[in-house]
Amino acid sequence: MNIQAVSRHTGGSVPEVGQPHTRNETACHDLSIRVRDLSLWYGDSQALKGLDIDLFQKNITALIGPSGCGKSTFLRCLNRMNDLIPGVRIEGLVEMDGRDVNQVKMDEVALRRRVGMVFQKPNPFPKSIYENIAYAPRMHDLVSRKPEQDELVEKALRDAGLWEEVKDKLHQPGTSLSGGQQQRLCIARAIAVQPDVILMDEPTSALDPISTATIEDLMDRLKKQFTIITVTHNMQQAARVADYTAFFHLGEIIEYNDTNTMFANPATRKAEDYITGRYG
Amino acid sequence: MSQTFDEISAQLRRRHRRSARLKWVSMGALGLAGLFLLWFFSDMLGKGLPAFQQAQIQVEIDYNEDAARMGRAALDRDLSRLVSRTFERMIPVQMRENPELLGSKETRWVLADSEVDQYLKGHRHKLNDAQRALVDELEAEGRVELRFNTTFFTTGDSKMPEASGILSAAVGTIMTMLVTLAIAFPIGVMTAVYLEEFAPDNRFTQAIEININNLAAIPSILFGLLGLAIFINFFGVPRSSPLVGGMTLALMTLPVIIIATRTALRSVPDAIRHAAFGVGCSRWQVVRDHVLPLAMPGIMTGSIIGLAQAMGETAPLIIVGMVAFIPDVSASLTEAATVLPAQVFTWAGEPEKAFVEKTAGGILVLLAILIFLNATAVILRKKFERRW
Amino acid sequence: MQTDQLLSLFGGVLLLLGLIAFFLGRAKAARVRAGGSTMHAQPDQYAWFAVLATAGPAIVVSAVGAFLLLLLEVEIPQLGLLAGSLAVAAIGLGVGMRQVRPDFHARKAIERVIRGALLTAALISILTTFGILISIVFEALRFFQMHSFWEFITGTVWNPGASFLAAAGRAEEGASAAQFGSLPLFAGTFMITAIAMLVAIPVGLLAAIYMAEFAPRGVRTLAKPTLEVLAGIPTVVYGFFAAITVAPIIVSIANAFGLDAAFNNAVAPGIVMGIMIIPFISSLSDDVINSVPDSMRQGALALGMTKGETIRDVVIPAALPGIISASLLAVSRALGETMIVVMAAGMRPNLTANPFEDMTTVTVRIVAALTGDLEFESAETLSAFALGLVLFAVTLSLNLVSVLMIRRFREKYRVNNL
Repeated sequence: MNIQAVSRHTGGSVPEVGQPHTRNETACHDLSIRVRDLSLWYGDSQALKGLDIDLFQKNITALIGPSGCGKSTFLRCLNRMNDLIPGVRIEGLVEMDGRDVNQVKMDEVALRRRVGMVFQKPNPFPKSIYENIAYAPRMHDLVSRKPEQDELVEKALRDAGLWEEVKDKLHQPGTSLSGGQQQRLCIARAIAVQPDVILMDEPTSALDPISTATIEDLMDRLKKQFTIITVTHNMQQAARVADYTAFFHLGEIIEYNDTNTMFANPATRKAEDYITGRYG
Repeated sequence: MSQTFDEISAQLRRRHRRSARLKWVSMGALGLAGLFLLWFFSDMLGKGLPAFQQAQIQVEIDYNEDAARMGRAALDRDLSRLVSRTFERMIPVQMRENPELLGSKETRWVLADSEVDQYLKGHRHKLNDAQRALVDELEAEGRVELRFNTTFFTTGDSKMPEASGILSAAVGTIMTMLVTLAIAFPIGVMTAVYLEEFAPDNRFTQAIEININNLAAIPSILFGLLGLAIFINFFGVPRSSPLVGGMTLALMTLPVIIIATRTALRSVPDAIRHAAFGVGCSRWQVVRDHVLPLAMPGIMTGSIIGLAQAMGETAPLIIVGMVAFIPDVSASLTEAATVLPAQVFTWAGEPEKAFVEKTAGGILVLLAILIFLNATAVILRKKFERRW
Repeated sequence: MQTDQLLSLFGGVLLLLGLIAFFLGRAKAARVRAGGSTMHAQPDQYAWFAVLATAGPAIVVSAVGAFLLLLLEVEIPQLGLLAGSLAVAAIGLGVGMRQVRPDFHARKAIERVIRGALLTAALISILTTFGILISIVFEALRFFQMHSFWEFITGTVWNPGASFLAAAGRAEEGASAAQFGSLPLFAGTFMITAIAMLVAIPVGLLAAIYMAEFAPRGVRTLAKPTLEVLAGIPTVVYGFFAAITVAPIIVSIANAFGLDAAFNNAVAPGIVMGIMIIPFISSLSDDVINSVPDSMRQGALALGMTKGETIRDVVIPAALPGIISASLLAVSRALGETMIVVMAAGMRPNLTANPFEDMTTVTVRIVAALTGDLEFESAETLSAFALGLVLFAVTLSLNLVSVLMIRRFREKYRVNNL
């Protein structure tokens, strides 16, 4: 299977929009989120220009590209975090589980229940480590009794690889942890509500290299349970962790491909220039 | 397998309702605060606006010999009860000054008694039936009417509501504020300039800073205690005088001016200081010629706001005795005087109902001045606001 | 000669000498410069230095003289003082003129003087606090020499009535000895403060939540200054409003429920004081809520929290130190508020838990003690300073705690922003 470049703007013919250029044969290919002709305006300036992309379940998809290319904006379209910004207008389809998530009828709170998010800077709540994790499941009625809750907190912390480090200080404030630990706490917090998709917006950009490596390992383990879509500035990171990679430029997806192919043999000139470090 | 959107939405219904409730309750709280404001202003306007009108009555004055001893004799017996006693008291004085009046007659509009005034305005009054009938009759003939109350703006305090005015209090306020400004403005600006532009960052400077912040939060009445114990008892400044009142208020206004000036100085970007240093200015020259002129609008705004605060202050002035009964306007810094809020306080304590109206009238004048001052400050800030 | 004549003579001569110093100094400096020497400063700066040298010492001498004369009643002939200060001015003029030399830093000298003047101004603010402290402590100590401190703090009867008889040397005629137990006053103060807080904290905090979290931008820019109008209304006006408008309403409401209420009950001043404090709390809380980083809100929303839950469980707890600090400041304000309670609360010290009864407060008694025609030395007058001392201590500690809390709040969020 060797299809031509996705983007209309690069002149390639487009047999099936949104499909990656090539497919990772070993990965599972169930569709998680389907995006068609998605455009977004901040006031008068258009930040996303008719994006088409299919995102697959239980895979890691990395979004790369120079800053200001719209990758974070796109990520925030997937759980409607852009609703919080005044003056934003969105057109096009973002489909998940057979539903258009941008419809007025769609409850954005329910959407965010299923599409979690981890932010660039760790943002633990000003509560204890335990409460940081237990708070949301309790509000969502995922747990009812204390032992259940304890169990869930432990599981989330174990899944995030933080349990051994914090099991003796669960009732200390979340802010007392180091930056890398805080970010893993935020990941644990996100997986504790058992979402389908986890969005990560440059999750390691504020961290040191060792913490970054820990989180990359974690992502690799988590993709067995969750669909992960991550924005990264760091090309090596995309190459290391992602199954698929989409290259964004000026609000468009220039190339979307199996990660190995993308880095070994990019189909477009712009992607090649960016990957080889000629700009960006 | 995780839940579908519809299952989650169903669970969320109750939570969304609670979220909406917080929105409405908090909106209601803001609305309630707005309603308080509306209630307050409508109440004050309702009570105070009538004070700007005063009943006047047309009477024939007969300057006979009895009137030279007792003014009341100059008027018709029935009418004399409807005329303000301050006017009746003036008749013998006038006759002494102008002896040729004796024997002449004159028809004039004069100030009516406050009970007539209250009756015409539909308030509670103490007129008996016969007097009411007479007033009704006079009103039908057009010999009693409500006119604009010039007395209120041209006289000082009086024991008779119809003859009392705010002039002496207004003059007292002006003098007190002059003293306040003369002390607080230079000291405040100098302190701020020192702290912001000259002071080294050491313990001592920090102590001054903490001090200033505390000073701003000390209850105003304690400044009155200071004024009483130090200015009056120790330095012998005359009690009740604009001088001691102004000095006391100056100490209260000082932190406001210092804080405003520091903010204004801080908003002048360092690039301007560096540029001035770069052309060889000394620190003082930089401050005098470059920083202060740029900070001036902010300093003025802060000073006006501080002045407005001081102008509405009453408690410390009561302690230093500025609640005196001042019927005559005096423009001396060392003689007893009163100020507008203190006048309001005095009137509020008078038992006669007619004084309620005067009190509210005085309040309206005070509020008008304060709103004017604050609006000036806002306009000044808007006009000179600069983004660096 | 009269004092003010002396003063104007002194001022006139000094002004004249100053003018002479300015022009002579400038002329001499200009001459020196024209003579070809390079000078350290401009001619005008030399001129100003000459003026300072003339007037400065003379003013200091005359001020010290006046101080000795008036306060310490040292016998100094007034004319002699005048002549002395003017002589100092003349000497200063001479010294100033001599200093007009190329190697003299006139500008630096002037700036040292200016710096000194600025520092003196800054010291006045410290002096004010000490002035308050000293004046209050000093008089309060005199009070505690007459009456025991312990009784003052724990006594439940405030009956100063007989004290002025004692001061007049007729103690035996008073039916009972004066009693200064301040407990009823503090009970009244706390009751009214509590009522005020019951009004101000919920309304102010909720209004702040609405403005910071829900309101469209237009509403917010309009609502904030409008609320602040409430804070700009003089307290004497609120006092009138409480006494004339609110108190009768409270009485009729209480009667409608079959309760007895005094016209100078504690509820009316409490509610009105609460209204006055609303903008104080709402404005500070609004600032604090706004300074909670947006990442907190996004973190909660991204977990599928509703907006209300985000505010209740994340934003408000994060802002809590700031909100508490605002409330403490508001309490300190309510404790020291005077005019509202003087005009609308009672005069009778009354230890009761019923807010519909008349109660008096610390500030009311301070005013009452200092506005009568009492001898300053009487225990009742001095009791005002004892009450003031307690008020000062309480409000000062509330302010300090609140400042510390807000500082910790700010530091916390600076650190967390990695």
